[in-house]
Amino acid sequence: MSTSHVLLGLLAEGPKHGYELKRAHDAHMPRAKPLAFGQVYATLGRLQRDGLVAEGDRDREGGPERTSFALTAQGRERLDAWLSEVEAPAPFVASALLAKVVVALLAADGRRAGVYLAAQRAAHQQRLRELTAAKLDPESGLGDVIAADFAISHLDADLRWMDTTIARVADPNRGVRS
Amino acid sequence: MNDAILSARGLVKSYGNSPALRGVTFEVAAGEIVAVTGPSGCGKSTLLHCLSGILRPDAGEVVYREQRVDLMPESARARLRRSELGVLFQFGQLVAELTAAENVSLPLLLAGTGRRAARTAALTWLDRLGVAELAEQRPGEMSGGQQQRVALARALVTEPRVLFADEPTGALDTLAGEQVMAHLVRLARAHRTAVVLVTHEPRIAGYADREVIMRDGELADVALAAAR
Ligand SMILES: Nc1ncnc2c1ncn2[C@@H]1O[C@H](COP(=O)(O)OP(=O)(O)O)[C@@H](O)[C@H]1O
Ligand SMILES: [Mg+2]
Repeated sequence: MSTSHVLLGLLAEGPKHGYELKRAHDAHMPRAKPLAFGQVYATLGRLQRDGLVAEGDRDREGGPERTSFALTAQGRERLDAWLSEVEAPAPFVASALLAKVVVALLAADGRRAGVYLAAQRAAHQQRLRELTAAKLDPESGLGDVIAADFAISHLDADLRWMDTTIARVADPNRGVRS
Repeated sequence: MNDAILSARGLVKSYGNSPALRGVTFEVAAGEIVAVTGPSGCGKSTLLHCLSGILRPDAGEVVYREQRVDLMPESARARLRRSELGVLFQFGQLVAELTAAENVSLPLLLAGTGRRAARTAALTWLDRLGVAELAEQRPGEMSGGQQQRVALARALVTEPRVLFADEPTGALDTLAGEQVMAHLVRLARAHRTAVVLVTHEPRIAGYADREVIMRDGELADVALAAAR
């Protein structure tokens, strides 16, 4: 996910100081890693260089945290283009999960892959339970629920793949080859 | 675990010559929600039927609060299912000719509760499941999710100590399934009902406190199953 586009999106509702942007990011992206200040200012610097944001009012004391940033017309166009763009379906070759199973099969055997998968499966199921509990929490807002759903759907897909793979590595002759 | 409300040891069950359970040991504590997962045909429903006294195992024992369910005559098992155990299936549990309120009253009427008290309790449970406005409708006039919530009300109206749910969301779309599960978990927690939740969907198992996995008629430690 691209932090710069998210920052553009957060500026769409009005100019913000760097600190406000960090706060808004962390509030709206509850499952993402909190954004470091350094990253906020580095990203804003790039966006400014590219003409996508411009400095607004600067409080008398100066200093970067007192400078507010606003979306430029070009920035709004870029944001719009990003929102219209279909993401490449996540390239599965990048998945650490798949990589580990492939390496386990190469470097060891199906048994080794199965042991890893069983442990990974337990961790996934545990995380899924936590996210499900978070979703059921009456305090959760719509943003929390849809973010939890997003993670749950991906874990669910991983778990299905792991179950199939556990069965496949246990008995490679089953399924497609039989 | 000594606080098991229901436990089973060495359950064996075959249909003709094909074994469906090959020695299953299982327990659930009061108020605990346990998911039983595993591929289709591995014996999940058979296990649930043996635990709830619908089927009698060929061997092994089922103990519910110090009573041997597997040794009870059918009439006693049926009485237990009407009072202390609740069952929720995938769909098609409601009597088509009866209204929602009548369907939910049914278990209480069968247990000897008076008509008026049964109706009051039924309306309370329909309300808890957010379907009070459907009280006078028949199943054919409801969506799948609504029917399943009425079926859940019917399973819970006797305030069972153990609820058995066999793929309770299997016939529903994601959002309707989620509503059924949210109600099920909330009410089970509030009434300290133990739940045995059979599902082949990881995301539904996510509602449970604990998961056990079946393979080919046995409860498998997934690590062992993978390494076999
Ligand atoms: N009434 C029945 N008669 C004959 N075989 C059955 C019957 N019910 C289930 N089986 C068989 O027993 C095995 C376990 O079935 P079941 O308990 O329904 O598994 P699951 O619920 O995990 O899909 C399967 O091989 C199934 O075909
Ligand atoms: Mg089944």
